[in-house]
Amino acid sequence: MEDILILDFSQFLSGPSASLRMADMGARVIKIERPVTGDICRELYVSDVVVNGESTIFHAINRNKESYEADLKNADDLNKIKKLVAKADVMMHNFRPGVMERIGLSYEEVKKLNPQIIYACISGYGETGNWKDKPGQDLLLQAVSGITYLSGNRDDDPTPMGVAVADILTGTHLVQGILAAIFARLTSNEGALIEVSMMESLLDFQFEVLTCFYNDGHQLPERSIINNAHAYIAAPYGVYKTAEGYLALAMGNILRLGTLLHCNALKDYTNPADWFNKRDEIKTILQDHLSKKTAYQWLAILEPADIWCAEVFDYDALMKQEGYKILEMEQMIAIGNHSIKTTRCPIRVDGQLLTSTKGAPILGEHSALIDREFNL
Amino acid sequence: MNLPLKGITVLEFSQYLSGPCAGLRLADMGARVIKIERPEKGDAGRQLAISNLWIGESSLLFHTINRNKESVTADLKNADDLEFIKQLIEKADVITHNFRPGVMEALGLDHNSVQKINPRIIYTEISGYGKKGPWKQKPGQDLLAQVISGLAYSSGNKHDDPIPFGLAMSDYLCGNQAVQGILAALIRRHKTGKGAFLELSLLETLLDFQFEFLTTYFETNQQPQRSEISNGNALLSAPYGIYQTLDGYIAVAMMPLKKLNAIIQYDPLRQFEENESFKKRDEIKSILAQYFAAFTTDVLLQKMQAHDLWIMPVLNWNQLLQSSTYQSLNIEQGFWAEDKEIKTTRCPIRYNRQYFLSDKAAPKLGEHTNAIKRLLVKEGQ
Repeated sequence: MEDILILDFSQFLSGPSASLRMADMGARVIKIERPVTGDICRELYVSDVVVNGESTIFHAINRNKESYEADLKNADDLNKIKKLVAKADVMMHNFRPGVMERIGLSYEEVKKLNPQIIYACISGYGETGNWKDKPGQDLLLQAVSGITYLSGNRDDDPTPMGVAVADILTGTHLVQGILAAIFARLTSNEGALIEVSMMESLLDFQFEVLTCFYNDGHQLPERSIINNAHAYIAAPYGVYKTAEGYLALAMGNILRLGTLLHCNALKDYTNPADWFNKRDEIKTILQDHLSKKTAYQWLAILEPADIWCAEVFDYDALMKQEGYKILEMEQMIAIGNHSIKTTRCPIRVDGQLLTSTKGAPILGEHSALIDREFNL
Repeated sequence: MNLPLKGITVLEFSQYLSGPCAGLRLADMGARVIKIERPEKGDAGRQLAISNLWIGESSLLFHTINRNKESVTADLKNADDLEFIKQLIEKADVITHNFRPGVMEALGLDHNSVQKINPRIIYTEISGYGKKGPWKQKPGQDLLAQVISGLAYSSGNKHDDPIPFGLAMSDYLCGNQAVQGILAALIRRHKTGKGAFLELSLLETLLDFQFEFLTTYFETNQQPQRSEISNGNALLSAPYGIYQTLDGYIAVAMMPLKKLNAIIQYDPLRQFEENESFKKRDEIKSILAQYFAAFTTDVLLQKMQAHDLWIMPVLNWNQLLQSSTYQSLNIEQGFWAEDKEIKTTRCPIRYNRQYFLSDKAAPKLGEHTNAIKRLLVKEGQ
């Protein structure tokens, strides 16, 4: 994506994770930030972990970008931004509906300045509907999208996914739309408006199970009573506690497992339909049996038989694995006088890793340079 | 609408979800996606059903993932069939496959060989755990990738067992990242004429997905701990999480404790300073849980949303479907298969205020083999 200039007005994670991916693929990304505070994420401290005055997550999300400070309510600043917009390939934002319109940077206005621009925006819930002015925040979107009834066990409270899945998927979909539009523009010379809402992204994420729901008479998903890993999948699918460590079992033949594990009680389940219908029973038997030996001992039996299984790792355990190390997933980025470790872009291109040592910018770090470069 | 990927042909050797969900997205944006399937059985996903729902000989699940595509059967171990596929490769723009490492090499369809047939090809390979190292032959299956990646320690509460995400997180996201790579490579090809070799793995996808967690972990060397109750995100302070109310559940996102208590005026909460909201989050969350349990969801929503506190109700799909937001998004679309109308979701991206819609059902196994062979012969003459 070399030669592509992106103006990123977005904050927090959804938009910025999209521009991070495009920066790693070669685009030049300029964050447009308001004076004094900048991207609100700069102040969102997590785990009380702060590096150089900003949270670790701000650094992780905004590395490989530049920062330009502008008060969009100030006429001079807005004028400069409009000049910049005229030169950009892509602009993106994740303000609530109406904000960019009030500032005078709606797609219709921007199109007049730059008809070939790709204008990409993220909303929480779309531009109409009862929730359009509600905050487009990850946990809240998970809550209303039904997704919290898919993880955890049947009698657990609704269980959100513990990573900002709505933000990241919306950012991922936005990149897809932007890139498709850039590709089309190569031949059509026309810009485009790309819109994604976090709600649509989470519905798409659930496309398999929602399609099931639409066509099975609207039956709600039921998580298994124990060891649930997917509400719609039969036993043994789940994570099991062993005498030492946890073991995950994916889809598999219950009778074969019975034989391999010397678990006679499993041999009664000769009808494969029961592996779903009686999955709680089967999982209870399995859990009881698997708790007698260590995960390591079970793996030694199951892996050679090509049973789909794995040991469950936390980060401490994962980091020690050769299989982790050979991926070379870590990279160092420069922050002021020191550097921190983060992960790299997950896509390999032509056998190369897409890496970058460029840290996140200080607020307004590139304002003067950009002023000069673009004669603002 | 002028579909942005019109004119692009994708050959999909992929099975199940990771590769095929990439093909689906490309198809919805205008590409012609041809599944290359083995005779008789085809994509193993055809036989994988959830809720025992079938349409004809293939599962509803397969139809969901493979609508808007064509199907060609070829036995890649048969010389004639392989030759036919190589002719198709000459004309294609993109290939995706998600076989275990070594399979395409054995068939002579690895990147190097394919590049000789068509130097402009975008060759996309999805593996479970990369192509070298001790896990390269491990099954690239979603749950296994999740538990290996550390993801199972992000959801649920502190004393819970590891809790996996209840959806195919790694398959779905890896396919979506593949789309990003493919589109970027198509853009580059337009400028340089060069094809590309893209490699992704489920494990790298999930490590990227956890980039905030991992970066924090690298800095502290401490496994992020889920909170004891109402864990929403192990990195975040109180009140972030889901709480039971008198008649349901609410989700409460980040907010300053002072602002929260200015509105709910709950005495036990007064003892906490703002900078204790992470360190003492378990205490704060249990106090809040007591408070929220005494009111109905509606009362809490009214009280807190009026002051723009970030809170929403927790809904199941039936409740979600009643919201005007859901209805106004028009996320549902239908296709006909075996004389039945099947409802599914559309592509989530809107393009120039239009939806990418398609009512084309998934192909029967080999449905387009003859038509495409005839076309090749015709073009060859």
